[in-house]
Amino acid sequence: METGITQNNHSLPRLGQPAPLFEVETTHGTLRLEDFQGSWLVLFSHPADFTPVCTTEFVAFAELAPELKKRGVELCGLSIDSTFSHIAWVRNIEKNFGVKIPFPVIADLNKEVASLYGMIMPGESKTETSRCLFVIDPNGILRAMIYYPLSTGRNTQEVLRLIDALQATDKHGIATPANWKPGDKVIVPPPRTTEGAEERMQAGFETKDWYFSRKAV
Amino acid sequence: MLPAAEPAGSAEKEMDMACINASGEISESARQILAAMLEAAPLTQVAAQTGLPLYRIRSAMRELSEAGLAVESGDGWKTTETGRNAIERVPTGA
Repeated sequence: METGITQNNHSLPRLGQPAPLFEVETTHGTLRLEDFQGSWLVLFSHPADFTPVCTTEFVAFAELAPELKKRGVELCGLSIDSTFSHIAWVRNIEKNFGVKIPFPVIADLNKEVASLYGMIMPGESKTETSRCLFVIDPNGILRAMIYYPLSTGRNTQEVLRLIDALQATDKHGIATPANWKPGDKVIVPPPRTTEGAEERMQAGFETKDWYFSRKAV
Repeated sequence: MLPAAEPAGSAEKEMDMACINASGEISESARQILAAMLEAAPLTQVAAQTGLPLYRIRSAMRELSEAGLAVESGDGWKTTETGRNAIERVPTGA
């Protein structure tokens, strides 16, 4: 079928694998991915500086930054704009909205990082990054990806919920159910043997059936 | 005046860096970092003392060491004599 859309060979990064390395110019100087080692990193792209939806997102991410900091999470933005454009835009946001942008913004003019992370969706735009977001853990492993179209601003509370869920998983060895939030009961991973299934029924969890157990953490 | 560090991966030798500008002068954040390492200190301690995120400190170490203002020392980093002189040339803003 002729779609008029040119396919490219860029693949998306994979969950559970090391996040692609980079060294880039940012509004906070030259940064490498490994500079964030030991912290969680939320790397997110936006289509362009000085655009309205992106401005609302930057304000929202800046307001979220203190909560993320409490959880050991750094933020880093990216678009295919120059450092000078980024600087002018974040200054403009502070002037017009009273919000200081505390995180670095990558100037990915050569689309190097955008290509590595599969941030460009040619069906939407060949010259802008879509609203992509990557959660990278303290060991540099890609743990989550969220992709939104150009037209839809992201829900930063969902980003926070995602971070809380990932950190709860790492801390307690559990999974989290739909719409989970901190304080809710979590899912105990199901047993993988018939013997384990028998034991699960006696294990003292809140158990609906052998494969569905919940507990508080 | 200090030699300006060349930005990694860039041909623009006159470009300002985060720590050192094209005139070879250090930034206020670089001054704070250098001041926090007069005695050898691990980067986590430098981050805590300056209030800057650890990723900024790691990035700064590449610039400052390239310019001869900081060196690795044991388990941490230390400001060099050139770095001490650079601190004194910058207004503290106090």
